[in-house]
Amino acid sequence: MGLDRIVIVGASLAGLRAAEELRRLGHTGSLTIVGDEPHRPYDRPPLSKQVLTGAKPPESTALQTATGSIDDLDLDWRLGTTATGLELDERTVLLAGGERLPYDGLVLATGATPRRLPGTDHIDGVHTLRTLDDSLAIGAALHATPRRVAVVGAGFIGAEVAASCRGLGIEVSLIEALPVPLERGLGPTMGGVIADLHRDHGVDVRLGVGVVLIEGADRVERVRLTDGVVLDVDLVVVGIGVGPNTGWLEGSGLTIDNGVLCDATCLAAPGVVAAGDVARWPNRRFGEVMRVEHWDNAISMGTHAARTLLSGGDAEAYEPVPWFWSDQYDRKIQLAGRAGPEDDVEVVAGRVEDRKFVALYGRAGTVVGVLGMNQPAQVMRWRSLVEDRVGWDDALAVTRG
Amino acid sequence: MRVVVDYDLCESNALCMAAAPEVFEVREDDFLYVLQEEPSEELRGKVEEAARRCPKQAISIEG
Repeated sequence: MGLDRIVIVGASLAGLRAAEELRRLGHTGSLTIVGDEPHRPYDRPPLSKQVLTGAKPPESTALQTATGSIDDLDLDWRLGTTATGLELDERTVLLAGGERLPYDGLVLATGATPRRLPGTDHIDGVHTLRTLDDSLAIGAALHATPRRVAVVGAGFIGAEVAASCRGLGIEVSLIEALPVPLERGLGPTMGGVIADLHRDHGVDVRLGVGVVLIEGADRVERVRLTDGVVLDVDLVVVGIGVGPNTGWLEGSGLTIDNGVLCDATCLAAPGVVAAGDVARWPNRRFGEVMRVEHWDNAISMGTHAARTLLSGGDAEAYEPVPWFWSDQYDRKIQLAGRAGPEDDVEVVAGRVEDRKFVALYGRAGTVVGVLGMNQPAQVMRWRSLVEDRVGWDDALAVTRG
Repeated sequence: MRVVVDYDLCESNALCMAAAPEVFEVREDDFLYVLQEEPSEELRGKVEEAARRCPKQAISIEG
C-alpha cells in the first residue's frame, strides 16, 4: 500500500477507531498515536453522568476494540505529548520538545476544546467539562456538598450536568441566553419540552439571560445575571460550546475554517485525513458542509477516514446520517439526522405530555431528522426516512400509519 | 462466533439493530433481543460494527 508509517494525532475515540480500522484493513507498518493527555483513549459520555456522580469509577471509561484488547493493535503510544505543528511538504508532525515524527499517512483527530467565559480563568470553582480530569474535578466539588451550582449554557453538556446535580440532591440553576435549552440542536418546540423536564426535576431554569460577572475572592461566590438577578453559588460549570483544536495546524497549508476542511471522503490533503470533532466536510446526503461533535460520528468518521487513507485514491464519500443520544433523568433523548430552529416539527407517535414520543423534523419539503424521547426502537426504525431523503408529506403519512 | 450482550450495561440505544438487524432487535418493550446467538460468519462484519457502535460497549464477540 506504500504507507509504512501512519501517525494518528489524537488519542481519542475517533483516533482509536481509525487505528482499529487501519489494522483491520491490513496495515502492518508502524502506527503511532499522539495524545496530549496522559490517558489512553476513554469514553466521554459518562463524564457528565456516571463518572460525575461517582456511580462509575474513571477506569470504567477506558475504551477497548470491538473484538478484543487495545494492545492487539500494536500501537506506538505517545501520550502526554502535544503536537505543535505540521510540515505537509516534509510529511512530518512536530511534537513539543522538538521531536519530528515523519509519516506516510496522517490521521487528524485532535477534537475540540470548551469555550470559557472571559475573565474567569483566575477564579477557583469555575469549570468546563471535556476531559476525564475535568469530570473528576467537578465530581469532587459536587461531593463537597455545594449550596448551589450554576450551570451556564443549556446545551447537552449543561443539561446533563444539571440532571446529574439533581440526582445527587444538589440545588442547581441552569442559565441559558437563548429562549429555550438546546434551541440550536432541537429547535424551540422541543427545547421547551426539555425546559419543562428540568423544571419538573427541581432545576431553577433561567432562560433568555446571560452572565454579566462571576464574582468571588479566592473562589466563586456569586453569579450576576443580565436581568439583575444575583445567585449565590459555590460551583459554576460552563457549557457554552467548543471550538475545534486546529491552532497547531495554522500555517501548515491545510484549509482551516471552523475545523480542518476535508473533501467528501474525509481527505484534507494528499496522505492526510481528518475525523471527529475537528473535521469539517461536505455531507452530500444533506447538501451541507458540517462539523459534527457527536460520539457516534467520531466512530464512523474515524473508521471512514482510515478507509480513505488506504484507498489509493479510490475513496468513497462519507455521507452519514448523524446520530446522538442524551440521557437526562430517566429520559433518553435521541436524534437521527439534523434538527434546527427553522425546521418544521411534527409529533408522529406517542405524546409529549407523557415524555415518550417520536417527532420528525422537515426542511424544504424533506424529512431531515427523527427525534425520540424514550423511543429508541422507533428512532432507529424511522431513521431510514432521513437516509432516503423522503418527502415531508410522505414521511408524515408513513409514520402515522 | 458467539454474540454476548451484557444486559447490565445495555441501555437499548438500538444502534446494534441499525448495524445488524439480522442479529439484534430492540422491541416495543424497549428491551434488546438477540435473534441469533451464534450468527453465521458472513455476518461478522455487521456484528463487529454493532459492537463498535454500542454506546455502552455492551456487546462482545467470542470466537
